[in-house]
Amino acid sequence: MPRLVSHPDEVKIVSRRFGMGAARIDRYLELGGYAAAKKCLEQGPEWIIGEMKASNLRGRGGAGFPTGLKWSFVPKQSDKPKYVLVNGDESEPGTCKDHLIFQHDPHAVIEGTIIAGLAIGAKLGFIYLRGEYRGLLEIMEKAVAEAYAKGFLGSHIFGSNAEFQIITHTGAGAYEVGEESALMESLEGKRGIPRIKPPFPAVVGLYGGPTVINNAETIATVPHVIEMGAAAFAAAGSPRNGGTRLVSISGHVERPGVYELPMGYNLKKMIDTVAGGVRGGHKLKAVVPGGSSTPVLLPEEIDIGMDFDQVAKAGSMLGSAAVIVIDDRTCMVEFALRTISFYQHESCGWCIPCREGTDWLKKTLTRLHAGFGEAKDIDNIQYLAENMMGRTFCPLGDAAAMPTVAFVKKFRKEFEAHLNGNPCPFAEHPKLVVV
Amino acid sequence: MSKEAMSLFSPRLAERLDRLATKYPAKRSALVPMLLYAQDEIGYLSDAVINEVAARVGLSELEVRDVASYYSMLHLKPLGKYKVQVCTSISCMLRGADEVYEEFEKELGLEAGGVTPDGLFSLEKVECIGACAWAPAIQVNYDFQEEVTPALVAGILDSYREKAPGKEPHA
Repeated sequence: MPRLVSHPDEVKIVSRRFGMGAARIDRYLELGGYAAAKKCLEQGPEWIIGEMKASNLRGRGGAGFPTGLKWSFVPKQSDKPKYVLVNGDESEPGTCKDHLIFQHDPHAVIEGTIIAGLAIGAKLGFIYLRGEYRGLLEIMEKAVAEAYAKGFLGSHIFGSNAEFQIITHTGAGAYEVGEESALMESLEGKRGIPRIKPPFPAVVGLYGGPTVINNAETIATVPHVIEMGAAAFAAAGSPRNGGTRLVSISGHVERPGVYELPMGYNLKKMIDTVAGGVRGGHKLKAVVPGGSSTPVLLPEEIDIGMDFDQVAKAGSMLGSAAVIVIDDRTCMVEFALRTISFYQHESCGWCIPCREGTDWLKKTLTRLHAGFGEAKDIDNIQYLAENMMGRTFCPLGDAAAMPTVAFVKKFRKEFEAHLNGNPCPFAEHPKLVVV
Repeated sequence: MSKEAMSLFSPRLAERLDRLATKYPAKRSALVPMLLYAQDEIGYLSDAVINEVAARVGLSELEVRDVASYYSMLHLKPLGKYKVQVCTSISCMLRGADEVYEEFEKELGLEAGGVTPDGLFSLEKVECIGACAWAPAIQVNYDFQEEVTPALVAGILDSYREKAPGKEPHA
């Protein structure tokens, strides 16, 4: 089972029940669970959406869209049924926070889904987990069964006249399905390719009905917003960035793990203090601040607050708050190659700039890293990546291109060091790679 | 036609698939879970499995193949009883995933995509499995193993050899 970590600077809101046996409903109730859903049932949709807006909660999947605003886009009247869809297809390299939520606090996901349903007038919610999370899906399914047995789900939730049902669903291996329109396609039993927008899911979504799609962490945060009050939640974070964030810290640090830190917490301090600094006393070389799709930052660029606005100002993105720490023994060309290999593997192939772009980037980087590159390859990589951006249905093309552009721009010398038949300067035993 | 008489699947799986067929607002939504659960029992998506699942969701065989070919966990060819999946994405790479993978290659005598002659193990490099803070991580079927080192590889394989049906645990 994944190791839980702790640090005095943490503010435990979403993770406060981790390691406390709250996957069992009785324990969850002892720890204050389901009180928020009951309160929302009494207060009604407008109050809920007002609280969510006032909380400054923004989507934890990566885009950071304000959750209350998203919910308010769903039409009040609809001929077709409305749905809540929880995105638990956690797949962005570096990100492993939802993993812990499903493991330790599945009822928070259920309770948040109920609240979202009450807010938009949906009677059915779906919780979609990536296929690799089978063990976690079983935990979720057991929790859903417990909630039905208590009458918290069903045709009269909490003894009221309101109906809310939950269906759990397994994926079968596809990063692309984490994109909201591809997620709906996948849940409808199709290949996970994106839909063109508009219409947006809030108007035409799952099975053609208005649908709210939220990341699992966002949904698990919702009951806490209600419980502590929107103002207190907002105050826990930074301006326009309410609350805390589950930060997945991985790579070359002494104490990797998932830490819950206030929005706006300093990135440098996160690495040096919370995660114990670079492993083995090595020097910091680079930081990927928000999952593999976010542009890399240099050591001199990380003295910033980790919220959506401040990281954007530094030229990158908070994304899924997956901080990947890279030390000075790492070859950035290999790191860029490994990053693009992921996107090449995961491109669904629907849009040609992404399908062909990721493939040619991988081929060119493979050749360059192996010492067979030509000087013009470096400019070609940049040119190709820049021309993928904004030319695809979904953000996967951008997700592959943005970090690539940043790797070349910030580590050009290292790319050049691989030219003229030189083996990788970082490899202990350079291997001849046939391209 | 009686489904039970025709089914390839165990009664337990057949019953599970029956429940899946009525679980969703649209039957087709059950397709991917049905394929995955069927694969868990049969080992891979054989022609017969695809035909039966197609009949259960009311799609053509071609439509089912179209979907199945999209998802990386769905396999059209047999793999090992225990699928060793070594994550080599960035976070795991930084913590030594390549060395772990090479040790599995050596211990199993396989390359990526290979299956041992006894059919017990297959070996794959996979993309991010969502265990980045506990890297390097692997999955054997659905079991996660975190913070794996090359030194742990032989022991991990032994633990599955002992679990395999028909094998008595070592005295």
